[in-house]
Amino acid sequence: MSRPPKKPTPGRKKPAARKPATAKATSAETDEAKTASAAIAKPVLEPAALEELKETWKDAPGLWGWLTTVDHKRIARRYIVTAFIFFLLAGLAAVAMRLQLSRPENDLISPARYNEIFTMHGTTMMFIFAVPILEAVAIYLVPLMVGARALAFPRLNAFSYFVYLAGALLLWVGFILNIGPDVGWFAYTPLSGPEYSPGHRTDVWAQMITFTEIAALSVAVNIACTILRMRAPGMTLSRMPLFVWVHLVVSIMTILALPAVMLASSLLMSDRLLGTHFYNAAEGGSHLLYQHLFWFFGHPEVYIIFLPGVAFVSMIVPTFARRPIVGYIPMVLSQAAIGFLSFGLWVHHMFATGLPRLGDSFYTAASMAIALPSGVQIFCWIATIWSGRPVFRTPLLWAVGFVITFVIGGLTGVMVASVPLDLQLHDTYFVVAHFHYVLIGGAVFPLFGAFAYWFPKFTGRMLSERLGAWQFWLFFIGFNVAFFPMHILGLLGMPRRVYTYPSGMGWEPYNQIATLGGVILFLSISLFIFNVFKSLSSGAKADDNPWDASTLEWSTPSPPPPYNFHHTPVVDSREPLWEHREDLPVMEGLATKKREVLVTSASEAHPDNRQSSPDPSIWPFISALAVSGVLIGTIFSEWAFVWGLIPLTFALSAWFWPKRPRAGKSGEPH
Amino acid sequence: MKTRVVGDVSSLPDHAFGLKSLLWWGLLGFMVIEAMAFILAGGAYLYIRGQNPAWPFPPDAPPALTAGIVTTVLFVISEVVNRWLAKMAKTMNEQIVRLGVTLMIGIGFAIVVSRIFELASMNTRWDVNAYGSVTWLLLFLHTLHLLTDWVDTAVLGSWLYTHKIEPTQFTEVYDNCGYWSFVFWSWLPMWGLIYFAPRLM
Repeated sequence: MSRPPKKPTPGRKKPAARKPATAKATSAETDEAKTASAAIAKPVLEPAALEELKETWKDAPGLWGWLTTVDHKRIARRYIVTAFIFFLLAGLAAVAMRLQLSRPENDLISPARYNEIFTMHGTTMMFIFAVPILEAVAIYLVPLMVGARALAFPRLNAFSYFVYLAGALLLWVGFILNIGPDVGWFAYTPLSGPEYSPGHRTDVWAQMITFTEIAALSVAVNIACTILRMRAPGMTLSRMPLFVWVHLVVSIMTILALPAVMLASSLLMSDRLLGTHFYNAAEGGSHLLYQHLFWFFGHPEVYIIFLPGVAFVSMIVPTFARRPIVGYIPMVLSQAAIGFLSFGLWVHHMFATGLPRLGDSFYTAASMAIALPSGVQIFCWIATIWSGRPVFRTPLLWAVGFVITFVIGGLTGVMVASVPLDLQLHDTYFVVAHFHYVLIGGAVFPLFGAFAYWFPKFTGRMLSERLGAWQFWLFFIGFNVAFFPMHILGLLGMPRRVYTYPSGMGWEPYNQIATLGGVILFLSISLFIFNVFKSLSSGAKADDNPWDASTLEWSTPSPPPPYNFHHTPVVDSREPLWEHREDLPVMEGLATKKREVLVTSASEAHPDNRQSSPDPSIWPFISALAVSGVLIGTIFSEWAFVWGLIPLTFALSAWFWPKRPRAGKSGEPH
Repeated sequence: MKTRVVGDVSSLPDHAFGLKSLLWWGLLGFMVIEAMAFILAGGAYLYIRGQNPAWPFPPDAPPALTAGIVTTVLFVISEVVNRWLAKMAKTMNEQIVRLGVTLMIGIGFAIVVSRIFELASMNTRWDVNAYGSVTWLLLFLHTLHLLTDWVDTAVLGSWLYTHKIEPTQFTEVYDNCGYWSFVFWSWLPMWGLIYFAPRLM
């Protein structure tokens, strides 16, 4: 293990080198002795080769470049910005609900509109904000952290963004056109079925699910393949940054969990459009089938949202505690255990449906068991801070805020894992408080920490520390003021999803306090937006590694060039930049005339072969348009599915159309 | 950041088969996604079966067996050819690989035709009751995969004739063989559920 120098001042001044850059023979170097030349100090690249590299990886200018780019960093940035805009919209929906509930028998919002607003809030936060933005940060960072020039499938990544954008627009344009969904983010049958939800509101919801899940699954496959086959030579599984470990686990969880919700919503769509009877009890179908499918996805989804928060905190804590993480292996095992156990919990969302007693007991035990690996991680972070030399810059504030908030949410989770208590608290504000502590505590606190931490890498500018600290404290206070009283409201019996309540129930003061908290949260997020714009225009310029962090993304310029690295880094420890302060070992030899990536072995990351990486293309965008045509068309007619497959087939064929010469002709192959 | 060159990767091969190919891993990812969809759809079938006293619902008859058996026999033949083609792709013999892909397109077309007859032998409709709905779900899901890979094979095959063949085309053929195997293996449990569950359960 390596440690950075004493008395660091991350973000202000780079510390002196810890040790000279001795050329210690690494296992990776030794393994690659056949191809290795003698270690020689060389300029980054010869000027001609550097120009060639830039030319090869550059995008077209303007709108065409925007539509055709396959640069994971550009796509991740637009994913983040898009998801954040929808976060703001969903947040405004929350503010509207809080204003409505601020006093009894309020008539600010009609009952029907209130149903739409809480559906839009939950749906947007879960499907259009949380999962996409967390995946987007991974899209940006995973290739940089593993030392790769690109994602495994760059065009698939571009396609995923456009499909995601179409799904998000479908939902919100539907809302604006007064055909937005109104059946909750979960859309339980029979409420969402053809009998009780005529019209197209629920169809919009169901197809939005298909859009966002296609996008999320595409990203998951991309991230998993990049992690497994494109790591820098020497970055064995046991040297992977915890961030990368988390995203490997999350990608696998996504691949296994998301098909369930796609199936659930597709069958719902089929019941509504084709007259099938999957969820029609009168014809032998089952409403509980919908709930099983939905929650088989829905509970792992909570951890798909929470674990990336773990990833952020696991990178922030060592950097600002100025030491490697305590308990790397227990951390990895905990992440894997959470991923595994999360598939055994879904029935705890269905305790009130009258399942067999034995099932209740099993799922109670599993729900309590998952607290153990979560606890292990929390102790590891605390031990890291405790035994380090913590520097409380904004990212670390968010990490500490996360630990406090998430522990409260986790403890109330253990409470409602108990069936007798769950039956009392089910569908009350106690549950609303619980899952906001888990989701905002587990994902949004770390996400703001991640913005503060990686903003310099994303933009080349530092965020203001002063404004950042103000934003954190407003958020921390506002969050607790908004959501802690909801525990009490739930214990007092206030049901969730009600548009108003009668006076004299004793609920008014807690609702008013919660509304005040919502206003403080609004101020905090406004301050964040101000900080971003101010820092982009006049923030201090960031150098390559402003926090003196240890992982490979900080070895690139801020922001990184389109090709990420001039040469492929070679890794011989978990903290490569703390280990090699003077110069980073690299391997040369990847092509500069064409886009090429290095493929390494899955476990030991031995260099294995070189493969072409695709050029920019318009066809992922056109394929996304074709998918949109199919999915939106089927809201109105089942034949749109049949006819829509024709343009989709053409678009996908064009996507993969070979650029090599025609048979029988000579020419330089692409 | 300053760098120190410790190796050179330019002598590594510029293509790879199977486990060493990026595309193979991508396909594996999508096959796992689709396998989950098949498993969950099969689970939905069994769940709805468990909720109902009779299967199929009277007066429906179970699906007629003939077309399903023809499809399955054709699938077995296709898989034998498919495995041979995967082996040949590794030898990078242009003529044999072209022949093999053409054969696969032909057998795939025969399976698609046989599948059309299967659609006509279900003895129920999707909108009659939950048995009909979930039976058609399994058949639809598999047919979607069958058509996708058949079209994919046809497009890939046409490029083998129209464009110069490079080593990466052989790896693409190899990966496509992997996907066909998935379509074949996923058919067997679907075949069992669609045709035999109504008779045995």
